[in-house]
Amino acid sequence: MSFGRVRRKEDARFVRGRGRFVDDIALPGMLHAAVLRSPHARARIVAVDTLAAESHPLVRAVITGEQLAERGLAWMPTLSHDVQAVLATDEVRYQGQEVAFVVAETRYAARDALALIDVEYAPLPAVVDARHALDADAPRVRDKPDNHVFDWEAGDAVATDAAFAAAEHVSACDLVYPRVHPAPLETCGIVADHDPITEKLTVWATAQAPHAHRVLLSRVTGIPEHRIRIVAPDIGGGFGNKVGLYPAYVCAVVASQLVGAPVKWVEDRSENLMATAFARDYHMRGEIAATHDGRITALRVRVLADHGAFNATAQPSRFPAGFFHTFTGSYDVPAAHCRVTGVHTNKAPGGVAYACSFRVTEASYLVERLVDVLAFDLGLDPAELRMRNLLRPEQFPYRCATGWEYDSGDYPRTLALALEKVRYEELRKEQAARRTTGDGPLLGIGISFFTEAVGAGPRALMDIAGLGMADGAQLRVHPSGSAVLAVSCMSQGQGHETTFAQLVAHELGIGVDEVEVVQGDTERTPFGLGTYGSRSTPVSGAATVVAARKVRERARLVAAAMLEVAPQDLEWVAGRFQVRGVPGTGASFREIAMAAHSDLELPDGVEGHLDAAAVYNPPNLTFPCGAYVCVVEVDAGTGQVAVRRFVAVDDCGVRINPTIVEGQIHGGLADGVGMALMELIAFDATGNHLGASFMDYLLPTALECPMWELGETVTPSPHHPVGAKGVGESATVGSPAAVVNAVLDAIGVRHADMPLTPAQVWRAGQGRPLRPDLAIGTESTGGGP
Amino acid sequence: MTEVRVVVNGRVERRDVEPRLLLVHLLRDELGLTGTHWGCDTSNCGACVVWLDDVPVKSCTVLAAMADGHSVRTVEGLAPPGGLDPVQRAFIDCHGLQCGFCTPAMLLTARWLLDHTPDPTEEEIRTAIAGITCRCTGYANIVKAIQRAAS
Repeated sequence: MSFGRVRRKEDARFVRGRGRFVDDIALPGMLHAAVLRSPHARARIVAVDTLAAESHPLVRAVITGEQLAERGLAWMPTLSHDVQAVLATDEVRYQGQEVAFVVAETRYAARDALALIDVEYAPLPAVVDARHALDADAPRVRDKPDNHVFDWEAGDAVATDAAFAAAEHVSACDLVYPRVHPAPLETCGIVADHDPITEKLTVWATAQAPHAHRVLLSRVTGIPEHRIRIVAPDIGGGFGNKVGLYPAYVCAVVASQLVGAPVKWVEDRSENLMATAFARDYHMRGEIAATHDGRITALRVRVLADHGAFNATAQPSRFPAGFFHTFTGSYDVPAAHCRVTGVHTNKAPGGVAYACSFRVTEASYLVERLVDVLAFDLGLDPAELRMRNLLRPEQFPYRCATGWEYDSGDYPRTLALALEKVRYEELRKEQAARRTTGDGPLLGIGISFFTEAVGAGPRALMDIAGLGMADGAQLRVHPSGSAVLAVSCMSQGQGHETTFAQLVAHELGIGVDEVEVVQGDTERTPFGLGTYGSRSTPVSGAATVVAARKVRERARLVAAAMLEVAPQDLEWVAGRFQVRGVPGTGASFREIAMAAHSDLELPDGVEGHLDAAAVYNPPNLTFPCGAYVCVVEVDAGTGQVAVRRFVAVDDCGVRINPTIVEGQIHGGLADGVGMALMELIAFDATGNHLGASFMDYLLPTALECPMWELGETVTPSPHHPVGAKGVGESATVGSPAAVVNAVLDAIGVRHADMPLTPAQVWRAGQGRPLRPDLAIGTESTGGGP
Repeated sequence: MTEVRVVVNGRVERRDVEPRLLLVHLLRDELGLTGTHWGCDTSNCGACVVWLDDVPVKSCTVLAAMADGHSVRTVEGLAPPGGLDPVQRAFIDCHGLQCGFCTPAMLLTARWLLDHTPDPTEEEIRTAIAGITCRCTGYANIVKAIQRAAS
């Protein structure tokens, strides 16, 4: 067994400051780039004068949209069958949009030159509030008759309407899951190096999906795929932010071609927050039908999705709202229907990111908030209400009302464990006592139970930009029996070098230290769609296991030749093939590996060596789940929220490295605290971005996070080769609702939208109308949250 | 240009730099010490923390010229070559890092805290690292690592 709490291989370099991130790369003759961005949410570009910038002694090139247009590169395809401006030519459509690209000999000179570019803008009215994007008199974001992007629905509308018509009780709620940002600590960046002799392009980039980046970059630039090499060095966090291709990447490639030197561009924090993939921005109206005693009978949801100026969301093609139709969550809901309408606004394009598991985050928040609203309206305990409606273990595999087939889980046991761990009954008593005496801060207890849908996905159902979502793995075994595994996924901190080595070690009976994991380099790894949507372990991990098992079966044939027995007479025991019934006669994997490379005569059809490759096409998604309980204290006088405790019981199937799994959960829980309490990408009425630095876009620090209390249940995935389900985004999906439910429980309020900043909590607690969500911008002037 | 003379990790370094050059860029771009990271423009994220004369500072907010005549310690100088400082060892043992981007700043801050408060409370640890943002770990294992290093 090689599963378990193995220390991470990657840590040795990181603790010494020897990680190699994209901005650490320095090539001979490398130039530095900077991007000029639009100060307006919407404006016509009248003229761009680059003469002064070009005259700067250290500037080597200034690229404008007009120059790109001459090369047919002013626009690029997005991941969602739309196009996006690389550099604006006609009009700027959001604040922060790319207008010009400067290449200079130093980092600072490139910045200086931005100030020398003179752009004449004619400001135009902008569409900021998604709720008015489809108004007849709304300005048009694009050269289209209206701002409509898509309509999409799932579930059975007729059956759902009938269930609502017959319902004993209906609760409804309007919820906004505001625009937030993944904000990895390392911003996005690229070094593009085009060799004018070989016409080969080498790119080092913060790429969560290097192979997809290569395909897209080839499509955009026309450079053939075989002449593009993408290398993702160490990545300082991704959370979905580094899935897509950004305009400045294309500019860097073009600049390298023009200038004939490597070009580095690394965005600054404001650029990251203003212009790269955001997350959420879902305006939801949810309705939940139930019996008087709290048995849920139907769910109905209408969503308005703000996709910004260009539809650059990264969802599988068939699912423009991602997997939002997992909104029946963890409950046995007979009828459900959702309709999602996507619209353009004059805001940054997206959205993809922030551990969203293809919109499961929004879906989970919706249903977990609705269940609490239902409990509030019916006067029921939210834990008891959940327990009454959770799927039962015997219902798996379970097909939900919108068509997903959940693979496995024991939901009641998971919730019971979380309630027991947090000592739920005692907390409720303490809460009642505090309410009676009025002593101390308000105590709130919030529960959420989520079902994740990860490991996208079956290629017959899912593709991104035409690329099916199967992953390859290649395993090379050396004569000594040590191995090199090459995978298409790319760690951004998840510890793939360790977890994937454990998978191989587990299958081949060799040491974890004897397996080297190669990732991130398109020339050294097989094709696959990369790391996002918690898909690495479910898809690339499965491919790894399948490849390793092929190696083992080849090893069986070699061992049979070595031992002069029939292959079927051999059994695999503790890292060696031995003759059935004769445990003393056998060969270790190392001995077999040597023999496979030696002069041993092999039977016809046995090739020798032990290398193998696999492409894994997942038969279904995997469905991790979890029960979370958050305990908060709220100062009624100031609205300040303190998270006192957070219990998280996760079931992600078999845990390959429990320490890494727990670390993933910790990070997601902190994300949830951030989104629930402080994170917001807000805009004022004219489309000015109000969260363009970490002074305005607030992230949780060590002081806002408690010591997380974790628990686990394990129901292996029946279709993953080792029963693992993936965990990367579970906690981000499950935690926001728990925090919000806890805060609202403390102040006794039915609903208030995130982020529950002190001002919002105070207003909600006072029964005052909430300040209109700044992301919607109905006030003439905005301000921080 | 202005001449800057800084002792970095015990080594005397002399460079002619622009007066506006930030210390973080002196370290990274001029001296090749890329263990110090840059993560924001506003001194919020703390990825750039180094010691300036034995005090942690955010090197994105210090001009290289201000370090003239002073000493700087970066993550590369946390332990002798081949060795590991106890905080480095504890971060590995407690899974106190994931992507590794905030790690050098966390380590330098932890070292400073433990030099001055050898047996810190959890609250003191959290306060000490509150100026550094970590997006991966949720801080719990960082706190545990610093506790481990203290013991």
